[in-house]
Amino acid sequence: MAYINGIGLISPQKTVDPTEFLPEIMEYTSDYLKCIEPAYRTYIDPIQSRRMSRLIKMGIASAKISLADAGCSMPDAIITGTGLGSVEDTEKILGDLSSEERFLNPTPFIQSTYNTISSQVAIQLKCHNYNSTYVHRTFSFESGLIDGMMQIEEEMARNVLIGAIDEMTMNHLQITRRIGQWKMEPVNNLALLETKSPGALPGEGAAFFVLGTEKRSSTYAELKDVATCINLNGSFRPEVVLPEFLAKNELSPNDIDLVILGVNGDCKYDQVYTHFANQFFPGKAQAWYKHLCGEYHTATGFGLYVAANILRRPVYPVVLHLNQVVPGKLRNILIYNQFRDVNHSFMLVQGC
Amino acid sequence: MPQRIFITGFGIISCIGNNIEEHLESLLQSKPGTGRVHYVDTYLKNELLVGEVRKTLEELFTLAAIPPTDGYSRNALLGIIAAREAFVNGRMNNCRELKTGLISATTVGGMDRCENYYSDFLTNDSRNAYIDSYDCADSTEKIAGLLGISDFVTTISTACSSAANAIMLGARMIRTGRLDRVLAGGCEALTKFHLNGFNALKILDKNPCRPFDQNRAGINLGEGAAYLVLESGESLGKTGNTPLCELVGWGNACEAFHQTASSPDGTGAYLAMKKALELSGLAPEDIDYVNAHGTGTDNNDLSEGRALEKLFGNRMPLVSSTKPFTGHTTSAAGSAEAILSIMCLQHQVAWPNLNFQERIEELSFSPVEKLMTNIPVNVVMSNSFGFGGNDTSLIFKKVNADIL
Repeated sequence: MAYINGIGLISPQKTVDPTEFLPEIMEYTSDYLKCIEPAYRTYIDPIQSRRMSRLIKMGIASAKISLADAGCSMPDAIITGTGLGSVEDTEKILGDLSSEERFLNPTPFIQSTYNTISSQVAIQLKCHNYNSTYVHRTFSFESGLIDGMMQIEEEMARNVLIGAIDEMTMNHLQITRRIGQWKMEPVNNLALLETKSPGALPGEGAAFFVLGTEKRSSTYAELKDVATCINLNGSFRPEVVLPEFLAKNELSPNDIDLVILGVNGDCKYDQVYTHFANQFFPGKAQAWYKHLCGEYHTATGFGLYVAANILRRPVYPVVLHLNQVVPGKLRNILIYNQFRDVNHSFMLVQGC
Repeated sequence: MPQRIFITGFGIISCIGNNIEEHLESLLQSKPGTGRVHYVDTYLKNELLVGEVRKTLEELFTLAAIPPTDGYSRNALLGIIAAREAFVNGRMNNCRELKTGLISATTVGGMDRCENYYSDFLTNDSRNAYIDSYDCADSTEKIAGLLGISDFVTTISTACSSAANAIMLGARMIRTGRLDRVLAGGCEALTKFHLNGFNALKILDKNPCRPFDQNRAGINLGEGAAYLVLESGESLGKTGNTPLCELVGWGNACEAFHQTASSPDGTGAYLAMKKALELSGLAPEDIDYVNAHGTGTDNNDLSEGRALEKLFGNRMPLVSSTKPFTGHTTSAAGSAEAILSIMCLQHQVAWPNLNFQERIEELSFSPVEKLMTNIPVNVVMSNSFGFGGNDTSLIFKKVNADIL
C-alpha cells in the first residue's frame, strides 16, 4: 500500500488545479474528447518546449503539478504507463515513410519512443533514480502502479512518481474505428449512455500521481492494492480473483462503499460491467467517469483521480452517479476496468 | 527472507541463429551474422549493414509452428519462437499451479507490418487484421495466449534497455513473493521505421560495427527475440529444474541528461552497475566478465567505458560487446545479451569483441579481442542502456554446488 500524496491531471475537464474537484462539467459533442491544456510556460522553459510534441508537454506539466501538490521535489522513482505513446510523432514518421522514404527529421523519431515522457521528466528534475515505462494497453498504468508500490515495499523508494498518459489524433481515431473500437459519429459526452450503440467515445489524458510512504496534509487517500488479470480463453474468473484480491486486503465485497466502473457507452462491452456489479455489488453505489474523459488505454488515471478526490473531500458529485444508490459512508472504493473483456484490472482505494 | 532468483531455461533467435545451439556455434566460431539488408524493403538497402534473422515471414510461421495467419507481425513471430524455446527448456508446462508471469519488452512493436499497411489503414478495410498488431502489447498477448501464461502479463518499453528491465521486473516480482516464476525477455523486428530513425540520428555504421574501437563509427541494427525463465528457490523444489545460474543483482538508473545521448561521464551507466553490484553483495573484483552495451557509437562507448573505469578502477574485468555478432537488437538486446553472458558461465568462455583494432585513446582498457576458452567465469554482468538514459545492469552468478 501507499498514500496518494499528490495528483496532476490534464484532461478534457477542468482538472489542472488540484485544489478543485470538477468545478464545472465540460460538455462536448465531438468525435473524441480532447484535453484542455494549460499554458505550458508555467511548467516548461519555452525554449525547451518549442520542439516538444503535445503529449510530452502534457506529461511534463502534469508530472510537475503532482509533485508540487505533494510537496515533493525529487521522487525516488519515475514510472509511466502509456498504451500508445506519442501517436502524433509516430504518425509523422509513418506519413513520411509512406509517401517516399527519405532522410527523416530525427525529432519525431526521438519523441515517438514510449519512454520519452519518463525520461523527459527525469531530465527536468535531474533525477537519476529508477525509471521505467509500461506499454500494455489498459494494463499500462496499472503495471506502473504495481511497480511503484513494489518499490516502496522493497524499501527502494519513499516517494514514487507514476504517470498515465495517452493522446488521440484524428488519424488514429479513423484507423481504430475500422475495428469497432469507437462510435462512428460525434456524440454528446453527457448523453453517452443514451447512444446504446457499439463503440466507445474516445478521449485522452495525462495524469501523474505521487505515491508515498508517509501520510501528510496533502494526502488524498491510501492506494491499498492494484491487480491486473488477463482473460485468455476464459482464464479470468472474477468469482475467484475478486474475493481473493479483497481478502488479501482484509476486506470482503460488502465492505466496498462505492464501485467505480469503466463504463464507456460501448453497448457491446458495458454489459461486462453490469454483470460484474450485479454479481458482486448488488445494492451498492456505482459510479462512472469515462463520459468526462473518454476512453483511452490509461483512462483509469482519471478514475483514480476521481476516487482519490471523492475520499479526500469527501464528496460524491452527481455527475459520477451511475445508479441511484447513495453510499452510507465513503471509505472503501473499488475501481474496476476492462478492455474487450481481455484486460481486467482492479484498484482498491481507502479513505484515511 | 526474500526469494532467490534462478534461471532455468532460455530461448533466443537472432541473425546468428534460430535457437540456443546455433548461437553457441556461431559464437564459438567467432562468426558474425550481419550483412546487407535483405528482408526489409527500404531505400537504405545497399547502404546499411544489419543483423537480420534470415527467414521470410512465411518461414517464421513454420519455425513458430503456427499456420500463416493475418494479424501476425514479424515481431510477434520472433517473440513466439524464442519464448517457446525458453518455455520448453524451462519445462514451464509442468506445475501449472505455480504463479507464472510473462513480462515482455518491445518498442517498435508490430511496426514491421503496420508501416507497410499504413495508407491502407487510413483509406480502406483491407488490412484491418493488422491494426491491433501495431501496439507493443500485441506480441506479448499472442505469446501469453499460445503458452497459456495468465497470472501476470505486461509489456515494458524503455528503448534499448527494455528487455533488461523486463528481467529485472520479473526478478522483483518473484523476490517479493508475487510470482513463483516468470518468462521474461523481449522481441524486436527490424523496420523501416527505426532503420530510418536511427539513420536520421546519424549513428549507423555502414560497415561492421567496432565497439570500443578508437575509430568506431556507429551501430549495426539487428533483430531478434530472447526470453529467460526465472524461478524462485521454492519453485525449483516443485519443478525439479536444475538452475543454470542465479540472478543476483539488478540496477536501474537514469542518466537524466539528454533524450538520445549518454552523459560524458556515464553517470547513468555507473549508477546502474553500482546498484546491481550492491544488491548482489559482491565486490567489483568478483565480476569476471562484462557484456557491455557497447553499441559502437562514439558517445556510448566512451561514456560506458568511463563508467566501467570508475566502477572497476585498475582491476578491469574482461569486457566485450557482442553487438558485432548480432547487431544491436534494440528492445531484445537486454535479454539476448543476458543469455550470451550466461553462456559464458556455462562454458567458461569470454566472447570476443569482433572488429576491435585500436583502444579508445581516452580509455585505459581494451575489450576481449579473441575468443577466450577454459577460463574461470563465475560472475558476469550484462549492461543495457537506452534512449532516454534508461540504463539497466544485471549480474548473473554460477550456482554453487551446495544449493543443488
